Amino acid sequence: MKIDLAQVKALLLTDRQADRVVPPTGFTASLTLFSAGVMAFLAVFALALSLATGRLADRWGNELARTATVRISAPEGQMAAQTAAALRVLETTAGVDRARALTDEEQAALLAPWFGPGLPISDLPIPRLIEVIETSDGFDADGLRLRLSAEVPGAMLDDHTRWRQPLVRAASRLRLLGWVSLILIGAAVGAMITLAANAALAANAQVISVLRLVGAQDTYIAHAFVRRFTLRALSGACVGMVLGCGAILLLPSAQIEGGFLTGLGFQGWHWIWPLIIPLLAAAVAFVATRLAAQRTLKDMP
Amino acid sequence: MWPLGHLGAVSDKGTAVIELENVAYSYGGGELLADVSLALSPGSFHFLTGPSGSGKTTLLKLCYGALVPTAGQVRLFGQERRTMERDDIAMVRRRIGVVHQDCQFLDHLSVSENIALPLAVSGRDLLAEDANLRELTGWVGLKERANALPPELSGGERQRAALARAVIMSPDVVLADEPTGNVDWEMSQRLLRLLIELNRMGKTILIATHDLALIRAAKSHVQARVLRIASRKLQLAGADL
Repeated sequence: MKIDLAQVKALLLTDRQADRVVPPTGFTASLTLFSAGVMAFLAVFALALSLATGRLADRWGNELARTATVRISAPEGQMAAQTAAALRVLETTAGVDRARALTDEEQAALLAPWFGPGLPISDLPIPRLIEVIETSDGFDADGLRLRLSAEVPGAMLDDHTRWRQPLVRAASRLRLLGWVSLILIGAAVGAMITLAANAALAANAQVISVLRLVGAQDTYIAHAFVRRFTLRALSGACVGMVLGCGAILLLPSAQIEGGFLTGLGFQGWHWIWPLIIPLLAAAVAFVATRLAAQRTLKDMP
Repeated sequence: MWPLGHLGAVSDKGTAVIELENVAYSYGGGELLADVSLALSPGSFHFLTGPSGSGKTTLLKLCYGALVPTAGQVRLFGQERRTMERDDIAMVRRRIGVVHQDCQFLDHLSVSENIALPLAVSGRDLLAEDANLRELTGWVGLKERANALPPELSGGERQRAALARAVIMSPDVVLADEPTGNVDWEMSQRLLRLLIELNRMGKTILIATHDLALIRAAKSHVQARVLRIASRKLQLAGADL
C-alpha cells in the first residue's frame, strides 16, 4: 500500500461535506476515543520503562565497564607500603588511565548506607580501596592480577564484571520487554481500529451503495472513514498521553538510595518521545482503516 | 418550459452510448436473460417493459455496470464492462443518472444536499453549482422541501428528488426503474414530462415500467421505442401498444 504526502494532505484538508456523507455515531466514537486513550496511557509507561532501563544498561555497560577496584587487605603496619606498591604497579600497567586510593572519608561514605553514620572507621581493619579508571582500550585483567600477586600480596583486583553483567543483562531484557510492549500496544490499537472500522463500514452499507450509485470513487468513500478514525485515534491518544505523562511526573523523583526503581521516567529531550505516541496512534489508525475500507469496498457492487 | 441550459446536449452522436451484445445473465441456477442485444443511441427514448420478475431491473443494472453479464458483452461509452476497474465504473456513473424504484438517499442529509451529492463526490465546487442546484430543485418542484430530510418526503417527492439527483451532473443517459411505481397518475405524468424534457435536451432515456398507460401517454409527446422482455429474450414491441 502506498501512502504519499498528497494523500495525507488531502486527508487533512477534505471538505466538511465529504466528512458528512457518513452519518455521525456517538457511542462507537466514544469507545474508539476511550480505547485509543487507554492505549496511549499504557504506551507512555512502556516507553518510560524502556528508556529508563536503557539508561541503566548504558550506564552499567559503559561507565562501570571502564572502572575497576583494587582491594588491599594487609596488616595495619603494611597497609601504606602495599598501597603505594600497588599504585606503582598500576601506573606502569598499559591500559590504566589513572589509579587513586580512596581516602578514609570516602570509604566511610561508602559504608554509611550499611552501618549508619558516625562509624569509627579508624578502629576497624578495613581494606583500602584503589579506584582504577581504564583507558578506552582497557587492560589485561589476568596479566595485572599476576603482577599484583607477585608484588603486592594483599592486593585483589575486582574488575566489576561479576556483578555488572547480570545487571546489564536484566536491564537490557527490561528494555526489550518495554519495546515489545510498545509494539504490542500499537498492534492492539490497529486491531481495535480495524474492528471499529469494519463495524462502521458494515453499518453504513446503504450509505456506501448510494455513494457508489452517484459515482463516488472508492478513495472518496474510504477517505470519509479513514479521516474520521484517524482523528479519533489522534485525539484519544493525545488525552491518554497527557494523562500518562502526568502520572509519570507524579512518581517520586530518582534518589541514590532508591536505585533504579525510582528512576522510571523521562529525562531531558526524552520528553519528546511521548509526543510521538499520538502521531503513531493516528498513523496506525490511518493504515488500519484504509486497509479495512479497501477490503470492504472491494466486495461491494 | 424549464430553462435548464446547464444540462447541455450530449456529444458523440451516432455511436451507441450503452451497448449489449448477446448478453446472458443468470442468478445462481436459473438463467434470467439470454441472448439480449441492445444499443442505446444518443438522444433515444426507450421504454422497457415486461412482467414482474422478468429481469427489467437486472437489465438496467447491466446497463449501468452494477452487474457483469455471465455471457456476452456490455459496452458503456465504448468501454467493455469486464475490463473496467471499480474507479472506471464510478466515472461511468457520473455520465449515467439512475432513478431506482426504491430511491435510496443519505437520510441524515437534507434533500438539497442529497441532490447535490453527485457534485460533491466528484469534487465539483458546490458554491459554483449553487444556482444550478436551486434551478433543478425548483424544476422538480421541491423548492419548499429543500431543507427537509429524505424520510420526511412522500413517495412522489422521493422519486422527483431521485430524478433531480440523477440529472444534476448533466449525464448523457438517464435510466429509470419504475419511476412512477409509488406515485399517483398525476405525479407519474409530471415525472414523465420531466423525462421527456430531458430527452429533448439530448439525453438518452431508458425507462423500465409495466405501466402501459404511461407508455401510451408518452408516445404522443416523444418518439419512443418499446422493448419487451418475454421468456428471457428482449424484443421490440409492436407499434400497436
